[in-house]
Order: sequence, then structure tokens, then C-alpha cells
Amino acid sequence: MTYVFVETDTSGDVTLTSAEAITFARTNTHLLPDGAAATSRRVAGDPSGSTEGVVVGELTDDAVAQLGRLGVSVIHHLEHPDLEDYSAAAWAQAIVDIAPESGTLLASGTPRGMELMAHVAVRTGQAMAANIVACDDDGLLRQVFGGTAFERLRLDGDLHVLTIAGHACNPEETTPVTPEVYDYDLTIAEADLATRVQRTEAEVADDASGLTSARAVVGAGRGVGSENGFGEVLELVDHLGGALGVSRVVTGLGWRPHSEQVGQTGSRISPDVYIACGISGAIQHMAGIEGAKTLVAINTDAEATMVQRADYAIIGDLHEVVAAVNEEIVRRKQ
Amino acid sequence: MNILVCIKRVPDIAGAVTLDDAGTGIDESGLGHTMSSHEECAVELAIQTAAATGGTVTVLTVGPAEAVEQLRAAVAVGANDGILIEAADPSVFGPEDIAQVIGDVVRDRAEAGQSFDLVLLGNDAADTGDFQVGIRLAYDLEYPVLTNIQMLTPAEDGSGPGAGANSTAGGSGSVEARGIGPAGTEIFALDLPAVVAVQEGGVDPRYPSITGRMKAKKAAIVEYDAPEPGTGNPRIRLELPEVKASAVTILGEGPDAAPALVDVLEEIGVIRP
Ligand SMILES: Cc1cc2nc3c(=O)[nH]c(=O)nc-3n(C[C@H](O)[C@H](O)[C@H](O)COP(=O)(O)OP(=O)(O)OC[C@H]3O[C@@H](n4cnc5c(N)ncnc54)[C@H](O)[C@@H]3O)c2cc1C
Repeated sequence: MTYVFVETDTSGDVTLTSAEAITFARTNTHLLPDGAAATSRRVAGDPSGSTEGVVVGELTDDAVAQLGRLGVSVIHHLEHPDLEDYSAAAWAQAIVDIAPESGTLLASGTPRGMELMAHVAVRTGQAMAANIVACDDDGLLRQVFGGTAFERLRLDGDLHVLTIAGHACNPEETTPVTPEVYDYDLTIAEADLATRVQRTEAEVADDASGLTSARAVVGAGRGVGSENGFGEVLELVDHLGGALGVSRVVTGLGWRPHSEQVGQTGSRISPDVYIACGISGAIQHMAGIEGAKTLVAINTDAEATMVQRADYAIIGDLHEVVAAVNEEIVRRKQ
Repeated sequence: MNILVCIKRVPDIAGAVTLDDAGTGIDESGLGHTMSSHEECAVELAIQTAAATGGTVTVLTVGPAEAVEQLRAAVAVGANDGILIEAADPSVFGPEDIAQVIGDVVRDRAEAGQSFDLVLLGNDAADTGDFQVGIRLAYDLEYPVLTNIQMLTPAEDGSGPGAGANSTAGGSGSVEARGIGPAGTEIFALDLPAVVAVQEGGVDPRYPSITGRMKAKKAAIVEYDAPEPGTGNPRIRLELPEVKASAVTILGEGPDAAPALVDVLEEIGVIRP
């Protein structure tokens, strides 16, 4: 069977990336370690065995219904006063305590998912493979070099511990099931609480800008020229009700905060449209925008990778072009 | 506070890459090298923290002889000395092996009188992206571990200059660590000695000064021999993504093309009414 660590947001809903990971688990018939499949298939007709969710902390009715629509047949619900404040070691041990001995245990490749699976891997004596994008007869395939290349690998052991790369698949609902919810009596060791979160400052949330959920993202790179060069771009963000995303050069120069960075070491986004203004299209930036449905480039250089990769492009100075786009939007609204 | 920062030499990739003849690595012949970006921030955090507590920064890498360049680059921005664990082809080692090798060196240095209060690493390396070495190292050393950390502030409770310098088990005291969580910035109180994996974004790595570069040339680098390959790396081969032919529609040049783009945005349905 496949256990998926499920992250929920502050309102208790299943996050988009967890929905992706569940879909990945449910639709990948090759996910189980050799030998584990036969003994652990519990759902007739489902070659990968059952997909079960692991939720730590509050479990809302909405989340149960969402998980049911995603095809999760069993929810392992881990709740304990000592798990309320996040501690990777305590959460990981709770997961280890209820995890199967054979099968697959996976999480989305978010900071939380990565951290927890790494702890789980050490505690269960397993290897862990991060950033998996596919799984077939030839083994697992994972992203390396920030998405520039893929690595083919096989893991030994009866329990596979994995994280799924962001946007490796689209979340898909299936014939809804009513998940059984299992609650547990948990014992949390004091030693595992040593690195518990003391407090959280919500106002400086990493994704305060809504970058990862915006339908339209306007990207700005070194081409904006200076800290004061974002005027037109921000106005366009406003017209689209979207978010600003920037390249690493922009955060490195201190023009904008890191929370707005898109790419390998920033956010991975999947908006309906990404408008890259003055961004060259370095591989580490592209790693963050693979999920964009439509890609638009505005660049002075017609040969820039971003232009070559885009669906639509305008060649020209971004300040002039974006200002004209803003004017045109205002004109059409009148 | 005496701090060890573990860094990795990685190819500096901007565009597409090609594979080597064996198909198990990328062809690095035309590429420059750098340290992973999270680690640049780890080095910066270490320098700031050591300066605030009157401590030292040592950088360590498991890599080929050339990785001494990355060690010297860290010294040029303020690290004191370096440790090179020479391994001609570090790609044969998995995260467990690397953690073990670093753990052995930390213990060895402690016996030699150089104990570390804090071991910093990047969350994950730019090439393999494994996200495990820090956590595995912490379990090996039996230290607490945090990941996704962007800021460190020494606690004002005596964990200051040289704390723990005489103890082979490392230091005492604590630091406040701030990192990114799903609901905002998370704040931790971390007892030392500890392992911290750093996420880019909290500090801006500094550039080397002329004197820094001079110092780097002369910095002491302790060398260890290549470790025995251990549990290995389960890599079978590398594959490259399909190169998609460009299918770009050029809407035009300059501001005159704006209406065509607004048409596209209207069609996608993203213009706020
Ligand atoms: C380990 C590692 C991790 C990294 N992670 C990330 C990451 O997460 N995100 C990221 O973005 N980068 C990342 N990078 C950096 C990346 O390699 C590039 O350096 C960076 O993306 C380039 O940013 P840029 O496109 O803004 O700047 P440049 O590459 O300098 O491109 C500027 C572009 O603007 C165009 N331009 C200039 N003036 C104008 C104008 N007036 N109007 C229109 N166009 C103009 C130019 O033609 C050019 O195409 C990482 C690098 C490493 C080594």
C-alpha cells in the first residue's frame, strides 16, 4: 500500500501539492517495491494497492471529503497535544509508528515533506529518493540539477521513502470514496520535542503574496534595471489580480524579497499565465515555471532562452511594452 | 561559537547540459563550478554568527582536489580555515555515506581539540537535491537538527565566545533560529551542539574583498583521504528532458504589440474586470 503524508493549509484544506502527491500515488501502478505489491493489495482492481493518507493535527470534515474525492480510502489521523507545535522529529516518529513495513511512504517535495521524509528514512533505516517525477518498469525517475536532467534509480528495501517533485502531475479527482478514519493512541518521546516550533509569525509568511496560488504571475528579472524599475510591472500585476514573481538576480541584488523568487531555490508556480519581463530564462528559473500553462516573454533579446521557450513573445523594452499593455487594458475597461 | 559549514562543489549551469559518455553524469568539461546557493547563505550566516560571538568558521567539503577552490572562496569572504575530504568522484557516494564521512571528521577534529558548536549545511545541493545529508549527519552525531533555516541569533545566555571550546562533545548554550514554514516564519530555540540546514533567502552572501582573496591563498586546508565507498548511490543513469522545438508566436516589437498581448490575456481570462 502507499501512504501519503497530507499537508493541510491554515483553514484545514488539503494543499494543492498534497493533492498532486495523492494523485501521483493513486495513478502510479509501479510505485510499490518488488514483492510488496502482492501482500499489500487491499483494493480489488487497483493494481497499486490502496492509497492511504496520513494527516497530523486537526482533520476537518472538508479535508476528509476532499481526500475521499482524491481516492484516499483510509486516513491515518495523528493527533496529540505534543504534535500541535511542529517538531520534525516528533511528527516523523509518529508517522514511523503507524507506517507499513512494506510499501511506499511519500510526501510532496515541499520543505515540510522533504524534512519529514528524510527523518522517516533515517528512523526506518531506509534510503530516500527526493523529487520523483515518474515511476515505471525501469524504476524511479527523479529530477536532478534543478530539473535540467533526470536520474534513473532503483531503491532497495521493502519500504520506499519518496518525495514527489512539485507539479509532477495534475491533481485529479476520482470516483469518490468515504475514507475510513483511524485514530491512534500516540506516545511522544520528550527527546523528539527538542526542536519544537516556539512560535510562528504569520504576517511574514513565505507565500504572503499568494505567488503559488495566483492564476496570473508577472515575472520581473534583471531587465527591470533597478529597485525603482518595478512600477509598470506592479501595475500589470494589479490589472490581472495576480502576483509578482522575480528572478534570483533580483532578490540577490536586494531589489525584492526572497519570498517572491521563482525557481529552483524559490517558489514553483503553475499559473494560467506567466509573463516573464526582462528574464533570460536560466535553467534554474525555468525549473520554477514548468507548470505555467501559457508562457509570455517580454525581452529586448529575441534569442533569449525565455523567448525561445515562450508561447508568445514581444521583443522590446519591457518598461515601454508593459506601460502600453497597462494603457490598453485601462482603455478596454472604459 | 565555533562553526563548521559543509559545502559542495557543483557545476554552474545556466543553459542546457549534455551527458558524459557513460550516461551517468553530466559533461562538466565546458562548465565552471560554484558552491550550492543555499550553502553560500550558510557560509554567510556562519560568518555573521561567529562574528557576533567571537568564534570561528571552518568550511568542509567532500570533493575532488579542485574543490579547494570553493573552500578558498569561502575563506575569501571570511571563513577561517578549511577541510578537504578528497574524493575524486563524489557522485559514487549517497547521502548516507557523505553524512557518515562528515560525522567521522567532526569526531576526529573534536579529538584533535577543534570541536564545533554548530554544523551548518545547505538544505539540499544544486546537483542532487537530496535534502538528507544534514538530517542524516545530525542522527549520526546525535545532535538536534533544523532545516529550512534562514536566520540565526545567538541567545544571550552565555553561549558566547568560545563556549564549549574545551569540550570534545561540542558547545553549550543555544541559538534562536528562524525558518520558513507553511503558515509563516517559524522560530525555534536550538540547544547546541546542533546541525542546521540553511535555506537561501535570509541573508545576502557577501563578495570577497582584496584582502579576503589574499588571505584565502594562504589559508590552512586540512586534508583527509577519500572515504571508502559505502552504501553507494543507486543511480542507474541520467536522462535529459526532451528538447522542445520553439513554438513561439512573436506578437510584435515594442509598445505597438501591446494590444495583441491584451487579446491573449483576455482569451485566457485573467484580466480583472
Ligand atoms: C544553484 C543555483 C540556484 C539558482 N536558483 C535560481 C532560482 O530559484 N531562480 C532564479 O531566477 N534564478 C536562480 N538561479 C540564477 C540563474 O542561474 C540566473 O542567474 C538568473 O535566473 C538570471 O536572472 P535574470 O534572468 O533576471 O537575469 P539575466 O540572466 O541577466 O537576464 C536579464 C534579461 O533581461 C533582458 N533585458 C535587459 N534589459 C531589458 C529591458 N529593458 N527590457 C526587456 N528585457 C531586458 C536581457 O535580454 C536578459 O534576457 C540559480 C543559480 C544557481 C547556480
